[in-house]
Amino acid sequence: MAGRRRGAGPPFAPARLGLPRWLWLPALLGGAFVLLPLVAMVVRIHWSDFPALITSQASIQALLLSLRTAVASMVLCVVFGVPMAVVLARTEFRGQSIVRSLVLLPLVLPPVVSGMALLYTFGRRGLLGHTLDVLGLSVSFTTAAVVMAQTFVALPFLVISLEGALRSAGRRYDVVAATLGARPTTVFRRVTLPLVLPGLLSGAVLAFARCLGEFGATITFAGSLQGTTRTMPIQIYLSNASSDPDSAVALAMVLVVVAVLVIGLARQGRSAV
Amino acid sequence: MLTSKKMAPKRVTKLFAATAAALLIPLAACGGSDDSGSGSSSKTLTVFAAASLTSTFTELGKEFEADHKGVSVKLSFGGSSDLVSQIQGGAPADVFASADTKNMDKLGDDAVDRKDFATNVLEIATPPDNPAKISSFQDLGKKGVKVVVCAPEVPCGSATEQMEKKTGVTIKPVSEEQSVTDVLGKITAGEADAGLVYVTDVTAAGDKVSGVKFPESSQVVNTYPIAEVKDSKQADLAKEFVDFVLGSDGQKVLTSAGFGQP
Repeated sequence: MAGRRRGAGPPFAPARLGLPRWLWLPALLGGAFVLLPLVAMVVRIHWSDFPALITSQASIQALLLSLRTAVASMVLCVVFGVPMAVVLARTEFRGQSIVRSLVLLPLVLPPVVSGMALLYTFGRRGLLGHTLDVLGLSVSFTTAAVVMAQTFVALPFLVISLEGALRSAGRRYDVVAATLGARPTTVFRRVTLPLVLPGLLSGAVLAFARCLGEFGATITFAGSLQGTTRTMPIQIYLSNASSDPDSAVALAMVLVVVAVLVIGLARQGRSAV
Repeated sequence: MLTSKKMAPKRVTKLFAATAAALLIPLAACGGSDDSGSGSSSKTLTVFAAASLTSTFTELGKEFEADHKGVSVKLSFGGSSDLVSQIQGGAPADVFASADTKNMDKLGDDAVDRKDFATNVLEIATPPDNPAKISSFQDLGKKGVKVVVCAPEVPCGSATEQMEKKTGVTIKPVSEEQSVTDVLGKITAGEADAGLVYVTDVTAAGDKVSGVKFPESSQVVNTYPIAEVKDSKQADLAKEFVDFVLGSDGQKVLTSAGFGQP
């Protein structure tokens, strides 16, 4: 779409671009389906208890842990995801489509399965567990395990959006820069990356959001201990499953606000680029 | 030519697609087991039971069906507190069996003719080879032993807390899980050295874990109450089911699973 250029003629008459009317009904229904549960949640909150509920020690520790781990995971996603996306978008090799599908697998796997896979790899009895044990490293039940679980499930989000951006940006500018004598690293740093920066940003935000909401892989691989591995979603689930749904819904609201802020900031950042 | 503005719509579409995927995937992961309500001509008895009763009540349901021609027993298992909120939200349950008295209390007047039908005590579960050589409750307080327990907010966790108080042993768990099944998961995976669950959970897990009984366990006994639900449309059948669970046939099934008699 981006590559196809229209002639410089007059723009289409606006009347021709009217939406089909029948489209409105499903669109509004769909919108209501998404928004109504949010409204229901807001209605359910006990506002008088709200400040006390969200400032309890368990809540604050969960929120801080979630933010800390999600930032760390996002950084890891960028560090590993950018090179992965570049390799997938800029090279061709046999079985590439299979490799791509496998790399993106965590997108469609139930998070619990991702957690199990991590456990079978890095757990005490896992594939690498013995090696890690010898090195004196034990990851399960640590904050590091939370970060690993989040990175595992969020990485494909960054790879897929950045790879798309790289493909639609094309190679023309890269080629021009190379012809002018720039070495591959210079081309990558000065031309390729700046061109796809918006794509990278939206990918990173998506990954961050996914980390913030991560539950299944974390609880399977890292467990649940206040201040160490109990992130917001796990705290919410625990409060809801026990006799404290009021605090669960209050915390859920905090998570919604944080997510909206992050997405809003990212949009602002992107339009500024 | 290729300004970032021009590319925006495509990127937005991509972002949107990825976001949609992100939102939909978790949905697929949490299939509900909420299949209540039926329109068949034969009678259906809907029983809500705590997750720890899954295997025993499945068996009891089958036996009850065999004894009552034309009756089908529909079972819904879950955390007791989840089940209580479902019933209060209007779920069509005829019988409710709770894993603790606290959750049955929450049902209040909706619980009719409430009776205790089983008891359960804690037991230590370890991986089959018991790598940390756990042999007593005191061993759980030792340094370097990776113990997984239930969170204090859920019934098995509050039992754990009471046990710590009674014995004076302080456990520093590496994880506080939401349910006994989650605790067992960490044990069967070999991640933890020991976990505190109920006797019946150790029995049900078979040879995937090994159990370590401890004498102090009898000091904290968890009682399971059962009751008919007030607005049941099958009140007679519900009563029969409760009587069946309390009767000798029902108790036999429960005892062989490790439950105690109240």
